[in-house]
Amino acid sequence: MKESRVKSEQRERQVPAGGSEYAIEINNLTFTYPGGFTALKEINLKVKRNEFVGIIGQNGAGKSTLLKNITGLLKPTKGDVIVVGVNTKDSTVADLATRVGFVLQNPDRQLFAPTVEEEVSFGPKNLKLPADEIKQRVQEALGYVGLLEQKDAFPPALSKGDRAKVVIASVLAMRPEVIILDEPTTGQDFRGCHQIMGIASRFHEAGHTVLVVTHHMALVTEYTQRTIVLCNGTVLMDGETREVFSHPEMLRQTFIVPPQITQAGTDLKEALMAARRGWTPRTVLTVKELGEDIVAAMKP
Amino acid sequence: MSEPVSGKPTKGEPMIKVENLWYKYPRTKKYVLEDISFTVEKGEFVALMGANGAGKTTLCQCLNGVIPNSQGGKVKGRVVVGGLDTQETPISKLAQKVGMVLEDPETQLFTTKVKNEVAFGPENLAIDPDEIMKRIAWALKVVRLEGYEERPPTALSGGQKQRLAIAAALAMKPEIMVLDEPTSQLDPIGTLEVFSVIQDLKEEYGMTIVMATHKSEEIAQFADKVLMLHEGRLVKFAPPREVFQDLELMKLTWTHLPQISELILFLRNNGISLKDFAILKDEGVAMVKEALAGKAGRVAS
Repeated sequence: MKESRVKSEQRERQVPAGGSEYAIEINNLTFTYPGGFTALKEINLKVKRNEFVGIIGQNGAGKSTLLKNITGLLKPTKGDVIVVGVNTKDSTVADLATRVGFVLQNPDRQLFAPTVEEEVSFGPKNLKLPADEIKQRVQEALGYVGLLEQKDAFPPALSKGDRAKVVIASVLAMRPEVIILDEPTTGQDFRGCHQIMGIASRFHEAGHTVLVVTHHMALVTEYTQRTIVLCNGTVLMDGETREVFSHPEMLRQTFIVPPQITQAGTDLKEALMAARRGWTPRTVLTVKELGEDIVAAMKP
Repeated sequence: MSEPVSGKPTKGEPMIKVENLWYKYPRTKKYVLEDISFTVEKGEFVALMGANGAGKTTLCQCLNGVIPNSQGGKVKGRVVVGGLDTQETPISKLAQKVGMVLEDPETQLFTTKVKNEVAFGPENLAIDPDEIMKRIAWALKVVRLEGYEERPPTALSGGQKQRLAIAAALAMKPEIMVLDEPTSQLDPIGTLEVFSVIQDLKEEYGMTIVMATHKSEEIAQFADKVLMLHEGRLVKFAPPREVFQDLELMKLTWTHLPQISELILFLRNNGISLKDFAILKDEGVAMVKEALAGKAGRVAS
């Protein structure tokens, strides 16, 4: 935990009682939908505080079902989900919303107020906070995502990137310990993708926990430290992002291929070793990493 | 596919002709499309690129007649698809020529079973039931939804819904397909599968395809041309290789280059100039291998 940074970011907050080392603990979670379809089978996962975790897996692997179990929108059929020390079974969605913020895939499903400011103040108002505290939180959250100047705007009139930022601000105004982003970059252009991931990164650097579900592998390799791979409702792999992306044959089982640059790195491995003896190139995660390895190998 | 869409493809025949198209939505002052002109030949695959808000979705809707037939607003200029003028042809007739996959599949799906969703279009064309059954099986196989025939679409995941919307459009076997970010929610292999199905449809049946997408790596591999929009204007209409090498344009439009192209630029900025630009992984890898081998040669001698 980087407490000093938390304070410097003016995100002073209470560390929840109990002070468990884990932000999320999932024990033997099985979830079956009312129609009888079992979407998650005996999942065991622990996410420490201040981790930045990517969750990947094929369409229908169970990613969204897992997120809904973490945010309390769904309750386990079997097993337990403990979020910042609280079992979701003993808690309400409203209570959990102050612990874990959920940014949905499509911002337009989440926006409803006539102005950006009202949208962002909706959550804190429901916490029955005093007016000046609400105002402060809204300012802080809009500042965080860079939308202070748009506070009077009509949300549907904003660009798609800005609409996503409004949703993130409304989640941050609840001052959650954890934020979960469900395919936040779907339909976003390049600029939007990196702005959204940049906000998530800053939240992480301020000492918080971030979970992101995405099909955009280049973002997973660029931003996360740990990757959880789901396949047909079970955990197929869970480890350091670099390690996970070193197993393309495993990823393929869940219809995932590593980013193009990681594949290019694999294709170049032998040539790099031949050019620089006694060196085993790493699995590269970014363009910069492969570029640096090639530059190093080209040196006389 | 059991039969060709519309006889043998003849390359070089314009399938889409857009002439000086201007469009603004009802109750707004600004035109969202300004003076757009281009033609797409039969059997071509055109990728529509541009930042969010550049006009991609609006242009897609102009191509299937949703604009102006059901949206209203003000149109200047002409859009002709498969020989039909969109301003003079009812949308029901246009729908037989132009298949459309919307950006958000939830706005498109409405039946209670996956198979009914796929059957709906062909049924409305009064196609023989045996043929419809064949088309359902084919279209669901293509999008990796075999075995889901009896499931309600509402029980599918986001990506599976998107696949279903694609299957429903494919089952119509239209001459032209317009797809608005059809792979935005798909897993990486699912994305590749959609692009390769489109490649097959194009090559085997001469289907003409316009697809709005940000996926530059797949565009580099599959598209014949890129139509780049910027703030409602057409700023470039050329093969991907030419578009991706125009770095000024890439910056202006915030376009994400294929990672292999970024690698070439990184090396260039660090004093390693390769003989050419690359937009495909294999060509970039080959160039780097050559440079590494050249270095090894120099060291040995």
